[in-house]
Amino acid sequence: MSINCLVLGAGQEVGKSCVVVTINGKRIMFDCGMHMGHHDDKRYPDFALIDGPLDCVIITHFHLDHIGALPYFTKEYSYNGPIYMTYPTKALAPLMLEDFMKVTVGRGGEEKFTTDDISECMKKVTLVDLKQTIQVDKDLQIRAYYAGHVLGAAMFYAKVGDASMVYTGDYNMTPDRHLGAAQIDRLELDLVISESTYATTVRDSRYAREREFLQAVHECVEGGGKVLVPTFALGRAQELFILLDDYWERMNLKVPIYFSSGLTKQANIYYKTFMSWTSQKIKDTYAMHNAFNFKHVVSSDRSVINTVGPCVLFATSGMLSGGLSLEAFKKWAPFEENLVTLPGYCVAGTIGHKLAAGKRTRIYVDSDSQIDVRCNIHQLAFSAHTDSKGIMDLLKFLSPKHVMLVHGERPSMFRLKDKIKSEMGIECDVPANGETVKIPCATLHVKARTSDAFVKSCQSSNFRLSRCSTSSGLVASTDPCSPLLVSDDRVGEAVLLLDQSKAKAMHQDELQFLMSVEEKP
Amino acid sequence: MKLTCLSSGSGYQFPPCHILEDVCGFRILLDCPLDLSALSVFSPVPPDNDFVSDGKASYDSARDCFDKEQEIQKRQKIETPLHGKDLIHDELWYKTVKNLHLWDPSSIDVVLISSVMGMLGLPFLTRAEGFSAKIYATDAAARLARLMMEDLIAMNMEYQYFYGPRESGGPHWMRWEELELLRPELKKVVVGKDGTELGGWLPLYSSADVMDCMRKVQTLKYAETACYNGTLVLQPFSSGSEIGSCNWTIDGPKRNIAWLSCSIFASAHAMNFDYGALRGRDLVLYSDKQFLPLMDEVQSNDASSTIPSNDLSSLSRYCSADKDDWKELTESLLSTDEILEKEKMDFICSCILQSVQAGGSVVIPYNRLGILLQLLEMIPVLLESLAADVPIYVISSMAAELLAFTNVIPEWASKPRQEKMFSGEPMFSHVDLVNKRKLHVFSAIHSPELLTTWQEPCIIFAPHWSLRLGPVVHLLRRWSGDENSLLILEDGVDPDIALLPFKPLEMKVLQCSFLPERRLPKVDCMLKLLQPKILVLPDDLKEKLDFSNPSLDSFSVLYYTEGETLSLPSSPEGTLDLEIASVLAERFAWQNLGRQDVMYTRLEGELVMEQGKFRLLPGITSADSHPSKNKE
Repeated sequence: MSINCLVLGAGQEVGKSCVVVTINGKRIMFDCGMHMGHHDDKRYPDFALIDGPLDCVIITHFHLDHIGALPYFTKEYSYNGPIYMTYPTKALAPLMLEDFMKVTVGRGGEEKFTTDDISECMKKVTLVDLKQTIQVDKDLQIRAYYAGHVLGAAMFYAKVGDASMVYTGDYNMTPDRHLGAAQIDRLELDLVISESTYATTVRDSRYAREREFLQAVHECVEGGGKVLVPTFALGRAQELFILLDDYWERMNLKVPIYFSSGLTKQANIYYKTFMSWTSQKIKDTYAMHNAFNFKHVVSSDRSVINTVGPCVLFATSGMLSGGLSLEAFKKWAPFEENLVTLPGYCVAGTIGHKLAAGKRTRIYVDSDSQIDVRCNIHQLAFSAHTDSKGIMDLLKFLSPKHVMLVHGERPSMFRLKDKIKSEMGIECDVPANGETVKIPCATLHVKARTSDAFVKSCQSSNFRLSRCSTSSGLVASTDPCSPLLVSDDRVGEAVLLLDQSKAKAMHQDELQFLMSVEEKP
Repeated sequence: MKLTCLSSGSGYQFPPCHILEDVCGFRILLDCPLDLSALSVFSPVPPDNDFVSDGKASYDSARDCFDKEQEIQKRQKIETPLHGKDLIHDELWYKTVKNLHLWDPSSIDVVLISSVMGMLGLPFLTRAEGFSAKIYATDAAARLARLMMEDLIAMNMEYQYFYGPRESGGPHWMRWEELELLRPELKKVVVGKDGTELGGWLPLYSSADVMDCMRKVQTLKYAETACYNGTLVLQPFSSGSEIGSCNWTIDGPKRNIAWLSCSIFASAHAMNFDYGALRGRDLVLYSDKQFLPLMDEVQSNDASSTIPSNDLSSLSRYCSADKDDWKELTESLLSTDEILEKEKMDFICSCILQSVQAGGSVVIPYNRLGILLQLLEMIPVLLESLAADVPIYVISSMAAELLAFTNVIPEWASKPRQEKMFSGEPMFSHVDLVNKRKLHVFSAIHSPELLTTWQEPCIIFAPHWSLRLGPVVHLLRRWSGDENSLLILEDGVDPDIALLPFKPLEMKVLQCSFLPERRLPKVDCMLKLLQPKILVLPDDLKEKLDFSNPSLDSFSVLYYTEGETLSLPSSPEGTLDLEIASVLAERFAWQNLGRQDVMYTRLEGELVMEQGKFRLLPGITSADSHPSKNKE
């Protein structure tokens, strides 16, 4: 009995999340992502390392680093088994994948899968709702739990026989403007595989960070400047829409908020539909006013870059690596009154990453053009990932026998590992890509049949009085003054009979009866 | 284990209600409905048809004249046809399940809810003193039920304003001498066939009762597991009959039960019947006397397979209500077994169209959410094809919330609806209709917005199907004299009584069973799939089903009767499973029993019940006493 974890991606790094777990012979792939920082073979997990057929694939959420390689995998390795994901993930994942295709093909790049592959792949999806217990086959049971992070993100519990584990995917332990905090039952677990994006960061109140952001935006538009918010089309964008829409309403601002149409428009429809996956506040008020019906946010096209006067623009890509956000950046960055907000995390090599590193510099946009960045830069300090305290809280709550960390940065992951070991005394691994971690799990119990008499005798009390031994234990039985100890040993009269390797628990009277019957002939 | 059928119910509006006793020592109530069809004994309007709501004065005069009428009847006792004046003119009371109030609420351990309708009586129970049972319902059913209850309260309030403050003491019609005066048809509804049901009548619960009730409900998703007291593992699975309605599995250490409520294989809007999940239960309790699921689909494994074309002629009878062939007509309509739902809906739509074209309006007192949604999609398409500019109104205090709700529950919808959503469209098109100003949603009939947009002819969806509450009452009074107008009734109400207050009636009335497929099914296929050891059926099905088929003799069939308690055989002895913690197993000291292969060992630890399984775990007591034993 053991759990084997083969880490194909997100081992000591962020990107291409993919772990293949074998529990008592059942092989499950958790996530199937791509790495956005690579453009060669390293972009995909090395599927060739998988040493047997998969029983199922589980996708935790729609981000490309968790689902990006799925169409490629199902096509190239002709995987026809079940793929489990939540309702919003199934709705939003094709949007993400197709948008990604458009961007790569637009850049002249070539991708390993086509739009047809995406739709073929989505056909194999089996939908799961939160907390549904799903019997994949006779032995394998899975269940999804709410993870926060993005719409439809889920943590997955898997159980085969006595061995059970949780793969968290990405999660957030604090609620935000549109999503609730991660929620899970107290489970008996052998293993938890957790993300660790912010393995060592502890964030302070979200409220203060939001206020900083709103103030920065407000000051900029009041001064007649333009605000560029490079963002992923899904998730963060909707959260900021709610934040700004609400603020605009309260402050009675008239400055237009644009978002580049297409992807986000479609996404907004889904956000309006998947009410049960949003935060409690949005759930409670949808009947009166659907929080995703924005009053001040309007869709627009590219021409918005050249408009006069203050505005706020949401555009992809989120790390300024291309798309409308890069175009707007080129145009707006040289002016002091403008503002660019950066997401909390930018992959190395992107312009977003360069901006985050230092302020007011000349930046090479591509090989031959450079830009004088004079605008203000504001770094968003709130994230959809849990911080280090959240990870520790979750692990303390679940108290598994083993922990494995993935999806983080190497040095801080090791620091977190040490912390988990010292504070909780739980074994913790931080495997690199391609490594296999073998986690032994003990058999929890043996099975037997039992008789009614046994159960009955166990349910009635069977008190025994004894003299408690004193600390020395030598004069215990003779000392009448030592306190009286009451024990209730209900199982005391039970025996287990092993007859031709069939075990049956019974009451001792039953055994005597059996013996007497046997002796007679 | 014992099963008591408190009420075998009547169709969708009033699902059956049962009590299961001693399920591993617990008492389980299955559904807690409200018999809203009984409301028909009340009159929503004074008997005088010329009365035009101008206040208490004329009401009093109407009441006086009513009293006189009663006196005359008392003296003469002449058998005249039932008249609107014979109805009870008083504040509405509501009829709960017969004899449920005779059970001590504190003795119930678990309440399972199968559908929205099965929940409407729950606030009466939850407010009872000593009630402490755990209530389980699906998330969607609970949310819909709350809307229905709130709507009921709002409509009841309106009715109360009309009849003024409540009399002290019980209502006058409950007095023995008044009951004697009731016409037999009405008396049967009030006190039941055997005269025992008077105790079930209660004034409606309050908003606070509903809030309190909803707080006590634990809501689940389909296939989510709940564990009661560590012993009973409960799981709801989609039954296909409505959004959020479900069948339950109850798994205990000794007994696995599947409770099948009204189930439909292929639903137009709700998630399909999940029959596979009910497999492997040794006892199957079938609680619905009328609707056995359609079996053909199981064999063809295609839920949307075609069903032989049907004879619509019996349905297409269409009449004005004053003719006295109501009984015959409704029977012929309700017995149209093999009418495909789609064709039925088409027929209804064509009737609606005819009325509208003739300049009449159409009133649809909807009840089933699915029917409302389907008609809301079909009617605009038809109107468009005729280029007819007829507005559609939905009037109810909860209409807006209800419609908003239907588009945020993809997890409970049927496959085709989900596909629609995944392709980027809203699941139900009413959002679009509202935006195009073809559909108007109002909270009340007197709302100013309604008055400004009002246009006749029109098509109106409004509660309540009992024709005693809500906007429907006003609309029927308006159009009852218009022969071109049309009222569409669902089954579940007795039109003889329901239409009384609105007579003389020129308006056309179409009564139709909206439930698909009432033909007698081939149960064997389903049972082969479920493989129960014991099948428990309502006695109404005794004659209709044939279990002589040799493939089916592997299980025993029991029949239950309303109002009676049926003992269910207990499972054979010694079949319990035990899991012994490996820590304990390592300490086993085997001893030989004289014969080969037979060994025994003493057990220790603590027996606990978890997730419906017995487990022997290392207990604190055994760990403490262990060393001392060694010393001895």
